[in-house]
Amino acid sequence: MSDGAAITVDEVVAWLRDFAAVMAREKDALTALDSAIGDGDHGINMDRGMRAVMEKVDAATPADVPALMKTVGMALISKVGGAAGPLYGTLFLQFGSAAGPDGLTPDGWAACLAAGVAGVRARGKAELEDKTMVDALQPAADAVSAALGEGASFADALARGADAAEEGARATIPLVARKGRASYLGERSAGHQDPGATSSAHLVRSAARMWAV
Amino acid sequence: MKKLINDPADVVAESLRGFAAAHADLVRVNADPAYVVRADAPVKGKVGILSGGGSGHEPMHGGFVGRGMLDVACPGEVFTSPTPDQMLEATKAVDGGAGVLHIVKNYTGDILNFEMAADLAREEGIEIEAVITNDDVAVQDSLYTAGRRGVGVTVLAEKIVGAAAEEGQDLAAVAELCRRVNAEGRTMGMALTSCTVPAAGKPTFELGEQEMEIGIGIHGEPGRERLPLASAKEIVERLAGPVIDDLPFASGDRVLAFVNGMGGTPQIELYLVYNELAQLLEARGITIARNLVGSYITSLEMAGCSITLLRLDDELIRLWDAPVLTAGLRWGA
Repeated sequence: MSDGAAITVDEVVAWLRDFAAVMAREKDALTALDSAIGDGDHGINMDRGMRAVMEKVDAATPADVPALMKTVGMALISKVGGAAGPLYGTLFLQFGSAAGPDGLTPDGWAACLAAGVAGVRARGKAELEDKTMVDALQPAADAVSAALGEGASFADALARGADAAEEGARATIPLVARKGRASYLGERSAGHQDPGATSSAHLVRSAARMWAV
Repeated sequence: MKKLINDPADVVAESLRGFAAAHADLVRVNADPAYVVRADAPVKGKVGILSGGGSGHEPMHGGFVGRGMLDVACPGEVFTSPTPDQMLEATKAVDGGAGVLHIVKNYTGDILNFEMAADLAREEGIEIEAVITNDDVAVQDSLYTAGRRGVGVTVLAEKIVGAAAEEGQDLAAVAELCRRVNAEGRTMGMALTSCTVPAAGKPTFELGEQEMEIGIGIHGEPGRERLPLASAKEIVERLAGPVIDDLPFASGDRVLAFVNGMGGTPQIELYLVYNELAQLLEARGITIARNLVGSYITSLEMAGCSITLLRLDDELIRLWDAPVLTAGLRWGA
């Protein structure tokens, strides 16, 4: 894909497929993180949700990105459960709503991610450093937009976004959780990486892998 | 993991099938999306009462579906909130034209899913009130946590508002009553052992042979403090003390005392706990007007208990005593 050209539905599907494979592979690791500070089901739920997403998408691939993301969001909302279902569902629904039917440019993709992250923040009423998905997603969205603004290629921008997401996820380790079940632990939530931030960093890394060339 | 299961992935669905077969006189079970609905739903002109949450807390909530209590329950995966599409279908199944009350335990996942479900139901023209239960005094209610968890009071609220809806009270009145029950009740729980989510295959947390966790949540979330194992008398003081001080309950109050088993604790121990609680309350001048002793809001096979106190008045006593006919609670019907 050359810069400025439209991002195709097939590319977005490939991104989702990569993320689904990562969720299957990382299921136990995510669940272990969640057992430390939550209820021990994040990996199980995300794997179940992304399997459902790929089944739906493969059965009938929607024609454009908005329709695709609506399918993805609704599948996650109905299959993931917990807090992650509505939050990831909202991320993809808002991503899709921000995408026009006429195809996405890299700048458009960045705007869609930013809209998705804003949706997650509104739904979860979470701020940065609450030790949530937002701690990975917001730095990623900011980094992708900033890199494109500086003239970076889409591949480089996504790589910087993925780095920022992973750094943000790692930075949740010392934080005391203020949202979700981890918040019940108070100070005892410090010292553990947030599972939601971790799966979110995987999502952005999958995008960087998909559009690496 | 030693459990009476076939495949961990099928635990909820297969258990629901068994529940449907065992209680066909009381309920119908819809498989996809999953909900347990009273056999005669929707009841025309009656407010529908919907509750839901993760599975693994049985008999809550499916066991409380029937005349005088819930109209429908939405079970999620084990310890995982049910989903908005599921709640929407369940809401439609019990909408008798008088609106539907959603009873939501205060957990982030439950809140987010119920909010989306209420939005969807209102779009379809169904009047919805949602009441959040948050009675767990183990959690400090501050801006910096997700707030107090909804635990034991949920069971009592479901019984009491179920009775109010059955006698024809309208949606606003039933919702207000539910808020009042939540405001008048407090709970604290403890665990002697951990529990194993079937799909996870290993215990949610580790607890040593000589340790106990005070202030545990119903999903094995760690609580206030981990202490060396103590006598039942001391444990009851550690649970009932903060419960009494928080409302606070005062000398002369009439209460419903609810000693709940976490799933792996036998009745003999629960009655022993009740004995300690009755003595403690008597010493404080608090009268037990009604009681409930048994495992009603559980955490899989976790051993332990919770103590809930609900301050009663004549109306709450009347509604508590009203007939109820469900798999989990039944009297007068």
